[in-house]
Amino acid sequence: MNIAVCVKQIPDPATPYKLDPETHLVVRPDDQVLDDTDRYGIEIGLQLAEATDGSVTVVSMSPSGTLQGIRQALAMGADAAVLIDDPTLKGSDALVTARVLSAAISRGDYDLVVAGTESTDGYSGVMPQMMSELLALPCLSFATHVETTDAGLRIKRQTPSGYDEVEAALPALLTVTAGVVEPRYPTFKGIMQAKSKPIETLTAADLGVDTAVTQCVQSVEPIAARAAGEIVEDDGEGYRRIIELLETVKVI
Amino acid sequence: MAVWVFTEEVDGSVSQSGLELVTKARDLGDVSVMYVGEGSDEAFGALGAHGAGSVTHLDPGSTLPGAPAAAAMADAIGDSCSLILFGASNTDRDVAGRLAARLGVPVIANALDVAVNGGVSVTSEILGGTKAVTTTSEASPTIVITRPKAFVAAPSGGGAPVVTAVDLPDVGACAATVTASHAEESEGPDLEAASIVVSGGRGLGAADKFALMDELASLLGGAVGGTRAVVDAGWVPYSYQVGQTGKTVKPDVYIACGISGAMQHVVGMKGSSTIIAINKDPDAPIFGIADLGIVGDLHSVVPQLIDALKARD
Repeated sequence: MNIAVCVKQIPDPATPYKLDPETHLVVRPDDQVLDDTDRYGIEIGLQLAEATDGSVTVVSMSPSGTLQGIRQALAMGADAAVLIDDPTLKGSDALVTARVLSAAISRGDYDLVVAGTESTDGYSGVMPQMMSELLALPCLSFATHVETTDAGLRIKRQTPSGYDEVEAALPALLTVTAGVVEPRYPTFKGIMQAKSKPIETLTAADLGVDTAVTQCVQSVEPIAARAAGEIVEDDGEGYRRIIELLETVKVI
Repeated sequence: MAVWVFTEEVDGSVSQSGLELVTKARDLGDVSVMYVGEGSDEAFGALGAHGAGSVTHLDPGSTLPGAPAAAAMADAIGDSCSLILFGASNTDRDVAGRLAARLGVPVIANALDVAVNGGVSVTSEILGGTKAVTTTSEASPTIVITRPKAFVAAPSGGGAPVVTAVDLPDVGACAATVTASHAEESEGPDLEAASIVVSGGRGLGAADKFALMDELASLLGGAVGGTRAVVDAGWVPYSYQVGQTGKTVKPDVYIACGISGAMQHVVGMKGSSTIIAINKDPDAPIFGIADLGIVGDLHSVVPQLIDALKARD
């Protein structure tokens, strides 16, 4: 099974995110990291490829030039990367991103496209579904478990009250939740090998994609933070304070 | 103005999200609904009573709704539709994404409010709910995914809507099949409707410690929730998850036990009237939004609380 895994490089979530006051875009430092939630898609891709003597290619759109996150994906065991690195893609929305990634994936011969359910930084949560429509693939979405069948894949898909079992034939697109598999940590050997794995770099023009964004940010305002209340150190009587508060708000 | 609302049936009934969206939409224009599920006069009647003038009904049978519902909706909305509202459920996202790609229009997600003044203007939250961004769209229609509970459902006194059933479109190679459905029912009141929620995080330490949450919730007549971390760890089912990718709750009292307060979680519970947090780490961000924070070991505080509540009965 030849698999394309969509990944995103994002500013380290442990650092505060800043917005450019002019463009309203997230300021992206040079040392972006692999979105942690992408490690689940890479892991499931590696497991499916290993079981079928296939390959894993990571595909990413990264308008600001760094490779740290891509190297993290390659160090886990992905075979190659395709990176669309183009300053004209700054400010792309989910639709433009889906068009770019779909065009890059169409150039290869993949049985399966894998993505997370949403990125940590932008979290619009629709980009993979847009890709499935553009690539004319079934979308096996929100998977918490994945297994192969004779014709394709069977997943457990999260529903409001539990889960559905859903099947589709390959080729298909799969979105995975965190928790679908335990991602492996890169080995020292993997980190060394990642440095020499092929990374193909493309521009939007190479792909012939319409990159026009048709939504326009008018303003950005802070949302009033909730004020902190009283913080008390538990001295063995802390539970009494909870009882008092529950009485005050009349729930007991 | 023609406004469309998408809604998927949940457990045989119209979803709360659908009623919330129709309530909002009726202030913006004439409301049509794309209803995906088995359908019933009761469900359609409820949509009419909240302001829907017409309902297009698609029964997907055993087909996963994403692809066929997007195809049916693209046909149904016609040329005059300028706004389509979706909820934030998994199926809503599947349909919204596919429909947007099909129509070549963007999706504005995580919306808190929508206004029409000439064009469509959408206020949505970004960066974990710390900032609100107002966006206008040149596209028509504008597709919006709203945050749960962004709007309050209220009947308008409307009558039964005009219901049109549509055939399931043939989506060819895009089809996926639902072969079985499983419910993971939790005990006690519904998490999203409960007036008290007791939630556990990583600080509980182990899956079996969730029994403490169950016991406390049951004494208070509340529901049990959890963070994404404990759901991913398999301690509790996804139906317990509170946060960005789970449920949004606004109870009278939210008791967070062993929860650090990651943005991902806070966005799903910060609308609670009173927040009580118990955590060992005095620097846990949850204390920044708690009305009462107990810096201590939940494994001693919660059992003491349970004993004290039992003693009152």
